[in-house]
Amino acid sequence: MTQAKPLKNKKTTTDSAETILELKNVCKSFGDNDVLKGLNLSVKKGENLVILGRSGSGKSIAIKCLVGLIHVDEGEIKIFGTDITELRNDDLNDIRVRIGFLFQNGALYDSMTVRQNLEFTLKHHSPNVSSAEVDEAILEALESVGLEEAIDKMPSELSGGMRKRIGLARTIIIKPEIILYDEPTTGLDAITSREISELILYVQKKYKTTSIIITHDMACAKITANRIMILKDGVICAEGSYAELEKSEDEWVRSFFI
Amino acid sequence: MNSSAKIIKVSIVKTYLKNIFEDIGKATLFATRFFKEVVKTSFEFKEFLWQCYAIGYKSLPIVSITAFIMGLVLTIQSRPTMAKFGAESWLPSMVGLSLIREIVPVITALICAGKIASGIGAELGSMKVTEQIDAMEVSAINPYKYLVVTRIMATTIMIPILVIYADFIGVFGGYIGYNIHENMGFYRYFSNVLEHLEFLDILPAIVKTFFFGFAIGLVGCYKGFNAENGTESVGKAANTAVVTASLSIFILDMIAVQITDLFY
Ligand SMILES: Nc1ncnc2c1ncn2[C@@H]1O[C@H](COP(=O)(O)OP(=O)(O)OP(=O)(O)O)[C@@H](O)[C@H]1O
Ligand SMILES: [Mg+2]
Repeated sequence: MTQAKPLKNKKTTTDSAETILELKNVCKSFGDNDVLKGLNLSVKKGENLVILGRSGSGKSIAIKCLVGLIHVDEGEIKIFGTDITELRNDDLNDIRVRIGFLFQNGALYDSMTVRQNLEFTLKHHSPNVSSAEVDEAILEALESVGLEEAIDKMPSELSGGMRKRIGLARTIIIKPEIILYDEPTTGLDAITSREISELILYVQKKYKTTSIIITHDMACAKITANRIMILKDGVICAEGSYAELEKSEDEWVRSFFI
Repeated sequence: MNSSAKIIKVSIVKTYLKNIFEDIGKATLFATRFFKEVVKTSFEFKEFLWQCYAIGYKSLPIVSITAFIMGLVLTIQSRPTMAKFGAESWLPSMVGLSLIREIVPVITALICAGKIASGIGAELGSMKVTEQIDAMEVSAINPYKYLVVTRIMATTIMIPILVIYADFIGVFGGYIGYNIHENMGFYRYFSNVLEHLEFLDILPAIVKTFFFGFAIGLVGCYKGFNAENGTESVGKAANTAVVTASLSIFILDMIAVQITDLFY
């Protein structure tokens, strides 16, 4: 039964016009530690959703569940209309190629240069692409993050902020439809943070991507967010636009905006 | 008081045994997955060749030195005993036999367990901890196929080649050791060794090294791939990889010797 499901859903993918990504009652615990306790959220096509939450509230876990890196205990995760919680790896990979993921610490491949990092995924999925096209894509991606000069460096030669930007370049190079950003601006100076935030907005406009952005950085949230959700105790406790939440009745919610 | 101490002891033993069996079970599943993935198409050939280079070529110096010293030392050590029985002329073939049948395969595999299994364990462990393996997975690249299959294949093929190479170096070491007191040409020494060497001496010795190589790759990859989060687990992965790989080499060798014994 579970195997027939994705097939049936694949047909409906195209006509699920609005909501592109949906979490229903997602639960995840590690031993006694209940991290997610019935998380519900949905993202519309072309939207930037920012998720706020204190450190350790399970934000990273939540977006890792979205790409099947972590298996949920309970609940449903629909991406492009397909429930991914029951998918086998091959079918899951069909969805993964359409999703970009920026890791909290970049997760660059240490043994490869920046160029190899960028072309790795590209070459894997389309081995027939000419090297001229690959080079062009690499340059374009590096240009977007403003790090063309780092192309032949090893990740160990880069600063933390540079790694993050290269990570972002590696994410956008495959032109994903959905991008998940795990703290894209944490640990960067104010100016670079702002540049990255604007870059996220630029990518959204240029490639018409849908994004989920996890952040503690309110400046980043203010620039990038169409909608904000606040995660607390494993559930969404507040939702709204930046302006709405800033004037929230709840003091705890407001405390994020100070 | 006494009984509660007993209960604690029993429970420690219980969890210890449980962990061992769990580990063996998981490693078996890990190995099964290797065979499943290896028959699927689209082999990562470039990475495989790179691993062969890194595993085989880079181990040549240390393997050469140890093999040479083994041959040399074994000859020097055995001479007085052989002389006592007036069997000095048997020295080359005796040393050659013990080197090729047992000492070189096992010692070379142990050296490789120290060098390669720990290297793979640390490399994959740090990739796991810094989320590089996750990054591969979300890019829809099968990390098992890219990282594990290539490495296990490379060790399984390179260890036997290294051992055959080390056999020659070991015999050469024996030749040098023999000539400290005697004067025999290399060609004569070598044919002396070969004269008493039978096919049944060489074949099992080579066959078992494929299993040694497989064990080295499997253990290194398994420990690295299952490293928990945190940098200290990288060190732990490398460390347990060496210990487990060395132990499995001895166990495999024991089994191999029992099986070969049936044919004599
Ligand atoms: N592999 C794991 N095993 C056990 N517990 C885990 C694991 N990964 C995360 N946790 C727990 O899940 C909780 C949420 O972790 P998560 O990484 O999602 O936090 P976060 O919201 O991303 O925090 P930060 O803002 O610091 O990145 C933490 O309490 C953590 O202890
Ligand atoms: Mg996090």
